[in-house]
Amino acid sequence: MSRRQRGDGPPLEFVAGNGLLHRRALLGGGIVFAGAFGSGAPLTGAAAEPLQEPEWSLMPGDVTPVLQKPSRFEANVVRTLSNPKGDARTQHARAPLQMLEGTITPNALHFTILHSGIPDIDPAQHVLVIHGMVKQPLEYSVDALLRYPMVTRKHFVECGGNSAPMFSPVPIQATVQALHGLSSCAEWTGVPLSTLLDEAGVDPKAIWLIAEGADSLAVSRSVPMKKAYDDAMIALYQNGERLMPGNGYPMRLLLPGYEGNMNIKFLRRLKAVDQPAMTYYESRNYSPLLPGGKAYKFYFVNEVKSFITRPSFGCSLSGPGFYEISGLAYSGTGRIDKVLVSADGGKSWGEAAIEGPVCPRAFTRFRMPWRWDGRPTVLTSRAWDESGAVQPLRADFIAARGEAKKVPNVLGFPNQHYNSLTSWGIDASGEIKHVYV
Amino acid sequence: MSMFRLLVAGLFVALAFDTATAIADDSPHLGKPISEVDIKRWDITVLPDGSNLPPGSGTAAQGAKLYVDKGCSLCHGENGKGGPNPTLVGNPSLTADGIASPKTIANFWAWPTTLFDYIRRAMPWHAPQTLSDDEVYALCAYLFAANNLIPVNEEMNAQTLPKVNMPNHDNFIIKFPDRI
Ligand code: HEC
Repeated sequence: MSRRQRGDGPPLEFVAGNGLLHRRALLGGGIVFAGAFGSGAPLTGAAAEPLQEPEWSLMPGDVTPVLQKPSRFEANVVRTLSNPKGDARTQHARAPLQMLEGTITPNALHFTILHSGIPDIDPAQHVLVIHGMVKQPLEYSVDALLRYPMVTRKHFVECGGNSAPMFSPVPIQATVQALHGLSSCAEWTGVPLSTLLDEAGVDPKAIWLIAEGADSLAVSRSVPMKKAYDDAMIALYQNGERLMPGNGYPMRLLLPGYEGNMNIKFLRRLKAVDQPAMTYYESRNYSPLLPGGKAYKFYFVNEVKSFITRPSFGCSLSGPGFYEISGLAYSGTGRIDKVLVSADGGKSWGEAAIEGPVCPRAFTRFRMPWRWDGRPTVLTSRAWDESGAVQPLRADFIAARGEAKKVPNVLGFPNQHYNSLTSWGIDASGEIKHVYV
Repeated sequence: MSMFRLLVAGLFVALAFDTATAIADDSPHLGKPISEVDIKRWDITVLPDGSNLPPGSGTAAQGAKLYVDKGCSLCHGENGKGGPNPTLVGNPSLTADGIASPKTIANFWAWPTTLFDYIRRAMPWHAPQTLSDDEVYALCAYLFAANNLIPVNEEMNAQTLPKVNMPNHDNFIIKFPDRI
């Protein structure tokens, strides 16, 4: 790098329309645009101020706190609440994904949904019971589980109703947080559920497990025993620290890739049975209605999805030139295989750079170098996973799943399990709007 | 055989057994055995075939009174409509508003047992698990009758409740059958 002269970088290589550059531009030694640096003569400081010492560099700083908080200048990076006063109904807190980078959602910003508030659970009194069609019902204290061999896995958790505003017949002008903020990704540590099931001795005829929380509604879901034995975990830690209360402290069920509501928080009971319980949430909320009046049931999986987080609605471009397009892709059916990005509303596509290691059922960051020429354009992304699943185009998705007749409330849930594209229209002034392509 | 030899033989068997289990299974085994009797207070899941429904019974007339006395009407509206929380009585078309049509007990729910299970575990929202089993049966009878799903004088109990016919029962498609 140091020996390279200005104007000497890798040649510009466009891979798709409207200025999408080859992803190599990000991985290699940077990009240099002809003309971007003028003639190559040293720039003089005609308009620049001489550097001064800011006040914080001239005095000692604050006392170190026991628990760190983000800088006060980041005070706008918070979750948005659907029910801030705690009225007698569900409370949603959406993660500010457009203001975050990388693939881990910090614990304080992880999305949460509570159907009756956050229970204040004393871990010394909480127990997990496994019973039903088992040889020996067992009761585990939190301390006992903390002694078990553990695994650490990075996984997203996403509400089955995330992205519901995308069912609107016209694009709702809202941020990534409002559209897709009921999704987050953390590194979870806990005990493989299969270990505990084997200790209890599950009857082979028990093909379902009814999971239940210690919250006041005792939220409950039926989980196929297949999933319980495959990769389910009793999660005790979230990004290295014990679970956040809103994420299920002291323990939650983690079912990688399965809709959030099934990942029962405050887990206290697992009952092995031979039939699904058809609990309230699986029978009603998470059985999406189809055009014509039938409905899906057991829509366990959050299917492959991606969206661009930057640039996106809520910010604007400050003028033509270089931008990095950055976004998230994830799939409940495996690792993200590739993400294509378009800067011309889907007419042409270029392959985005994906940062590894790519974990299955986890947020995956994609990046695409882009040179905006200042003309109106539409950015969008589309993801594939290792199982061959691909994010459906909007026309195909709507043909199969339908859309709402009226524009829904942005906080509402007209339907569930939207995983089609999200597109951002950029006008000549750099303003960004949510558009459909 | 002398007492001593019996004791030694017994000890040997016990030791052999311990070692055998330790080798066959290196799981920590830190769970405490508990009996189903001791789990009973928590074991509130009712299955669609009616298993685990408790003894007891109730009628729509009793349920109508409880619906007001227990505060259900404050959140779900008088007669199950028009409150701030989900509508409990009414049978709107499931296609009237396309895929965003409101789902109700009458037009959507597939199993009558879901109603008993949910009211018993979760309602009234501010004071869950305060209803007796008779009261839950009565509230189910009231809501089923108000939705024209049972005759107004039919008693709900562990035998009758699972047999309530839910009109939308057959309109569900399993999305991921191979994952069950
Ligand atoms: C303080 C308000 C409140 C009171 C009082 C209350 N409920 Fe509810 N009820 C709710 C809320 C909120 C929900 C939705 C819960 C959710 O979505 O997680 C609900 C859901 C329900 C449902 C599911 C309805 C559907 O179709 O989604 C039933 C049935 C129900 N309540 C019955 C009752 C009965 C019976 C009583 C009286 C014993 C009662 N509720 C008292 C707030 C209340």
